[in-house]
Amino acid sequence: MQTYEFPRFAFETPPELAGKAAPRRRVAIVGAGPIGLAAAIDLAGHGIESVVLDDDDTVSVGSRAICWAKRTLEILDRLGVADRMMQKGVTWQTGKVHFGDRALYQFDLADAGRQRFPAFINLQQYYAEEYLVERAGEEPAIDLRWRNKVVDLDAQSDGVTLTVETPEGAYTLDADWVIAADGARSQVRRLVGLDFMGRVFEDRFLIADVIMRADFPKERWFWFDPPFNPDQSALLHMQADNVWRIDLQLGWDADPDEERKPENVVPRIKRMLGDDIAFDLEWTSVYTFQCRRLEKFRHGRILFAGDAAHQVSPFGARGANSGLQDVDNLIWKLALVLDGKAPDALLDTYDAERVYAADENILNSTRSTDFITPKNAASRAFRDATLELATDWPFARDLVNSGRLSRPATYTESPLNSADAFGNVAPGTPCPDLAVRMARAGETARDGWLLELLGDRFAVLCFGVQAAASAGLGDLPADAIPIALLCVTAGESGRTDTIIDAGGHLARVFGAEPGSCYLFRPDQHLCAAWPSADVSAIRSARDQAVCQSRQGAEPTTAAAD
Amino acid sequence: MSDLLRKDLGFADGDAVYEALINAISGLDDQQAMKVMAKLILLLGNQIGDPAVIEAAITVARSETDG
Ligand SMILES: Cc1cc2nc3c(=O)[nH]c(=O)nc-3n(C[C@H](O)[C@H](O)[C@H](O)COP(=O)(O)OP(=O)(O)OC[C@H]3O[C@@H](n4cnc5c(N)ncnc54)[C@H](O)[C@@H]3O)c2cc1C
Repeated sequence: MQTYEFPRFAFETPPELAGKAAPRRRVAIVGAGPIGLAAAIDLAGHGIESVVLDDDDTVSVGSRAICWAKRTLEILDRLGVADRMMQKGVTWQTGKVHFGDRALYQFDLADAGRQRFPAFINLQQYYAEEYLVERAGEEPAIDLRWRNKVVDLDAQSDGVTLTVETPEGAYTLDADWVIAADGARSQVRRLVGLDFMGRVFEDRFLIADVIMRADFPKERWFWFDPPFNPDQSALLHMQADNVWRIDLQLGWDADPDEERKPENVVPRIKRMLGDDIAFDLEWTSVYTFQCRRLEKFRHGRILFAGDAAHQVSPFGARGANSGLQDVDNLIWKLALVLDGKAPDALLDTYDAERVYAADENILNSTRSTDFITPKNAASRAFRDATLELATDWPFARDLVNSGRLSRPATYTESPLNSADAFGNVAPGTPCPDLAVRMARAGETARDGWLLELLGDRFAVLCFGVQAAASAGLGDLPADAIPIALLCVTAGESGRTDTIIDAGGHLARVFGAEPGSCYLFRPDQHLCAAWPSADVSAIRSARDQAVCQSRQGAEPTTAAAD
Repeated sequence: MSDLLRKDLGFADGDAVYEALINAISGLDDQQAMKVMAKLILLLGNQIGDPAVIEAAITVARSETDG
């Protein structure tokens, strides 16, 4: 490759092979792709050590993820790599849809108001992984092992024994929990003997990353049936380093080995870009896509995440984005279970919530694929009818489906939600990020972001300093499972962390009244909301969100380890 | 489900509407005709709006054609 030099991560003799003491691990993560790395960093943030095993010695090779969604950036910000990704990545928000040789319409993904992160940035997956590897290297709690391939496993009721192969021989490793983040061809999945449920799409796509200096805008351009690729679709999207992603649908009958050859790729791309634009091929491959998932993401002590658990076509950019939401959902739960503060059953809700999310992603991805690749003449007629109507009929524009781009799941039906709901944000919804003016206890006010204040713990947002004080919410941060207290006030006072909402913007977004309370889980999804502050209601909603039904008052001293 | 759909004649002049539908696709090849019909379905479906009504019509249309 011309624009990127792959780092080579050194193999180091693991203690198991060096004759040193190798204690049982609390968590072993199989796979150092974006999902495994993010899981390790998130665990370290909760003070939990992990060992990460990867069979390779570098980052993602080839044409893979480029679009990183807002919610993903919010999660990666918590994990400490979002700023680097923003700096290197290409921010975009506009998409244009073409049919034949005409531009049909354009869409804009920008939300109203000041936002910490845009709807999307584009950045090659290898950069994201490189930043995550460097970040993981700063954490003493992470033992990252390259060229350590998991080849066998023995699952017990209270742990898993992994057999790991290395250049210096094989060893076994015992772990209380295993996170299987070993990708679409997951070895762990095969060793446990699990099958995927879903569909493989009978279609092939040429994915080419080309280097060119072109003055195309930073927009997602999609074509149905363009003159340069008749009867098929095409996509053009900018990445970092003047690299552009080109997706050309080839159809099922295309010969993947032939199509990958430069003498066939170059003329195809010339037909698309015209003769005047000089380009170099960075990487080309031919893909077939599938939409499928495991029936269950939890198997005893093994937790599947990312592509090992589910796969979608890339048209909604829902692969890595949803995998990172798996991590966001899983890690706080695993941390509480490992700390003995929540029952094992909490991890079943990882399965319930993320299977629900995977189904949503698979549904969206399947619908896009069906629109892009009609299965018979009549569906083609429907598709083209929709496209022809789209110019003049706004309703038809909404039906055009060139990919429904990744959005975070809302866990509306989650067993972790309480029945208590109030205001404009429904339980299960991820907290919107909002610009806030905030004052930490004893500090002067500064501008910041709501999600940064929520962090990765339970937090209650109470509209009113006085309301919080008289309801006794000040005790919540001292609970065994602490609930941070964030008070929203119109003025500049407060002894706890306060958010100064002088214009009432926050109150409007949440539909809050004086005294209203909103309880967020550590992954920043809302679990319950009340019109007025009630400390015991907040505690029982927190307990429900950790699968703990508890009677009586909360002990004020932290529970023993 | 199909009580969402009226069974009596909804048009003042049914023959005229039927003729208009046939005229809409006359002189076209099958491919073009299918596209015109698809546009009709999309425009009329959007006008109806209620997905339950559309589902009901789909069920009827499909069950009369499957066998
Ligand atoms: C063309 C294309 C475009 C895409 N575009 C997007 C996009 O725009 N946005 C998006 O969000 N997603 C996109 N995706 C999807 C995205 O690439 C994947 O969802 C993502 O890589 C999944 O991450 P992962 O960590 O689960 O798995 P992987 O990235 O596959 O990582 C798995 C890791 O496990 C290691 N491993 C495998 N087996 C073993 C073993 N036995 N022992 C030890 N280690 C092992 C592998 O070496 C690898 O490092 C795209 C994919 C493709 C193909």
